[in-house]
Amino acid sequence: MKIGERFSEKIFLLAATISVVATIAIFSFMILLGLPIISAGHLIDVLTGSWSPDHGVYGILPMIIGTLAISSLSLVFAFPLSLGCSILIAVLSSKRISLLVRKTVWFMTGIPTVVYGFVGVFLLVPIVRELFGGGSGMCILTAALLLAILISPTMILIFVDSFERVPRSYLMAVDALGGNRIQKLIHVILPCSWQGILTGLALALGRAMGDTMISLMVAGNAVALPRSVLDSTRTLTAHIGLIIAADFDSLEFKSLFVCGLVLYLFTSIMVIMIRRLDARAGSRVW
Amino acid sequence: MIEKFSEGRMVVFFFVVAGMFSMIHPATSMADALSPFKGESGTIKISGGTAHIPVMKEAAKRIMRFNPNIRITIAGGGSGVGIKQVGEGLVDIGNSGRKATDAEISKYSLHMLKWAIDGVGVVVHPQNPVKALSTKQLLDIYSGRISNWQALGGLDKPITVYTRDKSSGTRAVFWKKALAKGDITDKAHFVVSNGAMKAAISQDPNAIGYVSVGHIDESVASVALDGVVPTLETVKQGRYNVSRGLYSNTRGEPVGLAIKLLDYLLSPEGRQIVADKGFIPVK
Repeated sequence: MKIGERFSEKIFLLAATISVVATIAIFSFMILLGLPIISAGHLIDVLTGSWSPDHGVYGILPMIIGTLAISSLSLVFAFPLSLGCSILIAVLSSKRISLLVRKTVWFMTGIPTVVYGFVGVFLLVPIVRELFGGGSGMCILTAALLLAILISPTMILIFVDSFERVPRSYLMAVDALGGNRIQKLIHVILPCSWQGILTGLALALGRAMGDTMISLMVAGNAVALPRSVLDSTRTLTAHIGLIIAADFDSLEFKSLFVCGLVLYLFTSIMVIMIRRLDARAGSRVW
Repeated sequence: MIEKFSEGRMVVFFFVVAGMFSMIHPATSMADALSPFKGESGTIKISGGTAHIPVMKEAAKRIMRFNPNIRITIAGGGSGVGIKQVGEGLVDIGNSGRKATDAEISKYSLHMLKWAIDGVGVVVHPQNPVKALSTKQLLDIYSGRISNWQALGGLDKPITVYTRDKSSGTRAVFWKKALAKGDITDKAHFVVSNGAMKAAISQDPNAIGYVSVGHIDESVASVALDGVVPTLETVKQGRYNVSRGLYSNTRGEPVGLAIKLLDYLLSPEGRQIVADKGFIPVK
């Protein structure tokens, strides 16, 4: 018994160490390989410039803008959808419908993004092109719509979870006061679960930023700075996917590590935000 | 990327089926060109140029039907990926739609085999009335100076320019020979393979792009450049000059199953596959 306990403790410690070391190693690896660009004083140029490898210009600003534009717009689409859906599951609908919707959402979390991308190319792209006239239909809007479908399940499940964590006594108090379900929702459930909602938003935003396949397939990957949601754009992840085949020694290839660092930074900010919210939620006494 | 995933999977699946099939019908008629594969077993991993894929798939299918103990996997990625992966020893054969550069050859001690000549043709959506362009017009379209089909006698629609990423051999040849290394507009859309280019053009009525002549079919319309339509014939006669070799590269001299596969591509049967898929076999 004792030996088994000590052994499993060692195993868990090892697993924890490996994951921490891996994370730090990846970060240092990217800094190390991005160093030629950083130390040559090109960092500002890379972060603020445009991309034109034929002219020796390796700026990633259009990709940073593209990533932010697509992921934030997808959040705008997905948030109301997810909020409505989670309210339906957790508060409004009957047990049977609730379970059905919940099962569907669970199922949706497992669909690979390449499937969404593929469907998007053949269904959504022509619709967007015809509806808005001009352009190719491969644009920020199309990618954001698809990403919204991708990130909604994550948000819905987290929202539902936080709605269900509202103490029963609170809900019973509303019932005792003669409040209806809508009043219960607006005055008790939503105010009690705002941290869960923010966590869901942050997690979904992180997922939207990290996705490669959808933007690579339906956003068109143009390197111009987008001026409207109907312009084609390229995200940081799609950019890495496209340039990865370049020569190892080229400046083009090395600029990818700056892309990686920026992405790493974005997701780190998301994770830190979630942590802080969770910590506050945990310390709260019901 | 789509092509990389789906084709890889489908190819493997197909070969399993083909392998089972061969147990019922031993392929005796093809025994001549395929006889070097008799009694062999092992794996050949191929990646790189996406123009090569139709030929590679057909050759692999026949080899594996003849001898189910051989497994051949084919992935895309583009010429740059092919050269890099074969150089790093990740695959046995790395395909490229351009000559490897001197730097690449010396770095990886590459051995190149050219087995076909292929044109790179400009294509548009089949419903687009514009079916001929001058080199000057093509340059203006790709640089973004002409941005509406009306200026070229087409409909009043904005032109969507499609291009490939820098690791593409198809792009390298098109950029050098058709665009004379001119600028490509930063509004151009990027796709990742010949297959993806064809899919994108066939979907978008305002599109213009370029694909390997071997990939041109009825889903897209080819555009005459300075009066010459890119076809197998015009490329062969040398009248259409945006053309290149299709290469298969190995690290050092090819050995084992890799050399047998390359020899098969050069055999009469292999050359027939090359011709059937829309390329010009090399003597």
